[in-house]
Amino acid sequence: MSAHPIRGRCGEGAVVVFAADMPADVARALDMAGYEWRPVPGLPDASAAEPSTGWGAAVVVVGDDTEAAWAFCRGLRRSDTDPVRTLVLIGGARLDELDLRDDLFDDFCITPFHPSEFDARMRHLLAATPVGPARADLVEYQELSLNLETYQAAIAGRPLDLTFMEYELLKFLAQNPGKVFSREMLLSRVWGYEYYGGARTVDVHVRRLRAKLGEEYADMIQTVRSVGYRFGQMRWGATSDD
Amino acid sequence: MLDQHRDYVLKTVTERGVRLVRLWFTDVLGNLKSFAISPAELENALSDGMTFDGSSIDGFSRVQEADVLAVPDPHTFEILPWGDPGSGAEARVFCDIHDLDGQPFAGDPRQVLRRHVQAAHAQGLTFYIAPDIEFFYFEPPQPGERPVPLDSGGYFDLTTRDATGDLRKRTIRTLEQLGIPVEYSFHEDSPSQQEIDLRHTDALTMADSVMTFRLVVREVAASQGLYATFMPKPLEGVQGSGMHTHLSLFRGDENAFYDPDDPYNLSALAKSFMAGLLVHAAEITAITNPTVNSYKRLVPGFEAPVHVSWARNNRSGLIRVPIPKRGNPVATRVEYRSPDPACNPYLAFSLMLAAGMRGVEQGYELPAEADANLFELDDVRLSDLGVGQLPQSLADSLRVMEQSDLVREALGDHIFEWFLRNKRREWRDYKTHVSQFEIDRYLGSL
Repeated sequence: MSAHPIRGRCGEGAVVVFAADMPADVARALDMAGYEWRPVPGLPDASAAEPSTGWGAAVVVVGDDTEAAWAFCRGLRRSDTDPVRTLVLIGGARLDELDLRDDLFDDFCITPFHPSEFDARMRHLLAATPVGPARADLVEYQELSLNLETYQAAIAGRPLDLTFMEYELLKFLAQNPGKVFSREMLLSRVWGYEYYGGARTVDVHVRRLRAKLGEEYADMIQTVRSVGYRFGQMRWGATSDD
Repeated sequence: MLDQHRDYVLKTVTERGVRLVRLWFTDVLGNLKSFAISPAELENALSDGMTFDGSSIDGFSRVQEADVLAVPDPHTFEILPWGDPGSGAEARVFCDIHDLDGQPFAGDPRQVLRRHVQAAHAQGLTFYIAPDIEFFYFEPPQPGERPVPLDSGGYFDLTTRDATGDLRKRTIRTLEQLGIPVEYSFHEDSPSQQEIDLRHTDALTMADSVMTFRLVVREVAASQGLYATFMPKPLEGVQGSGMHTHLSLFRGDENAFYDPDDPYNLSALAKSFMAGLLVHAAEITAITNPTVNSYKRLVPGFEAPVHVSWARNNRSGLIRVPIPKRGNPVATRVEYRSPDPACNPYLAFSLMLAAGMRGVEQGYELPAEADANLFELDDVRLSDLGVGQLPQSLADSLRVMEQSDLVREALGDHIFEWFLRNKRREWRDYKTHVSQFEIDRYLGSL
């Protein structure tokens, strides 16, 4: 566990590379392009070996343990102010893994790659404009609003006091209104690898979220029978004041 | 991930203007304990814990090793939906208690349950619990007087004097705001008696929820100038309050208790788990039914279990296997019916899990279903059926517990020995008490 958020300092400092086994072609491409780089097996090492000015960039090789790669990306995104610019290397057959994870990386490159493409993407990633990926600070849907900066949620102006996982689940759903998600999809995108409880966890959290939304707004999260859940599309006129 | 939880809590405290953070934990007897810190201390508390003197907490440290650490569990952080909004919000967070060297503190019931839950996880199993909690509302107590119910309603009654219905509604709204979903609630069988059934969740969260539940029920009643009690048998001659506990084990998304090919839809694992509960039921009763008064509930004629047996639809047995709606596999579960709401939920859930898992590990054989009404059978017939009885008094249950390696191992020496010492003292105090029963019965005639 890192003691503080891992920071990035665009264009300066070494590149941190996450890979289960360091692929020879990645090592060669980094060397050829003249980057100082350091392979790490996980976040604790990325934190321990972090240069005092922060990492210049991160390259994440998505291997067989995809969840480990996403957990690494998620850990890098902890710093709000200066997240490490992240390039994901992923096999073409795994492209669906990128779905709904846009907030976890800045760019990707399909493996096996051409060294010049890798180099071009790295240069683009490190280009000195210190602007992160466009990120809305506010997610709004009807009377629900989520402030991503402050982690606060409100419904019809009333603050919703949520636990972290309840907040993360609601944020994910509210960012994708009208879309039906299976429990497995929600589990993998919201909880990530570390959760052992299975998809039943999703049901438990949805029920808690509905409880906190209150009778009037509980059906913002709808159960889609034998599929999963969908956010939004409240039934018109179904609201009532208690 | 833990770091993210901490950051989230710290940000929420700032954004919501929290003025006071209450650190909650539970003593061995199941009483909720709390001390408050200012938000400025919270970051430090989350990373290093807060030291406090444990020697004054029941069942905690001996005097010479007094100081312990309360380490907040950021997953349990909630803003409290009561208090004065003008003076800033208050929040609570449950704590794990550690020794100063960082080891889990042996006297902390939450750590005991955490250990059992983790042992189950190591086998790929998640333990889900849904308790049905009964309690009474009464008029404010007068010294020396019997408790006065607020109504004379019965099971499922919609009372005309709607005092209890309104209290129940406020209570449920508060629970839901705290993220504790309620599945059912209704007027129970006895005057002024209520039942609220909580929606299943993992065992540790549920034990926390039961602690919160008991506080919320009392707070809401007190706010209306009334009071609520979880005393197992407050009124003679009517049903007492139980905490029937629905249990299931999941392996990932699969209900490990379910087998579509079994006539009962119960897996082999479910059956040996039930057998474990039955075999060790008497040993764990002192924890699930921890007061002198608990045993006045466990008598024939009031829908409380007396016999160590199981059945699908026989409410006189110790374990009931409810028939799930539409044969839903995920709803397959067993209902353990003896616990009462005065128990320490961390310890009670720990022992239910430990007893069941002992049955699973050693492949206990489940006895035949006892579908007759056991209250109508005589003792000879019962012993022919191999149906034993639960302990008849606190003294009985302490005697059985004392001999139990399972309970000693499951609770750890510290809690095991402290609990026995404390409860033997309670029994001694009770034994010397001369009751109204004795005065009425003997004073004139002897």
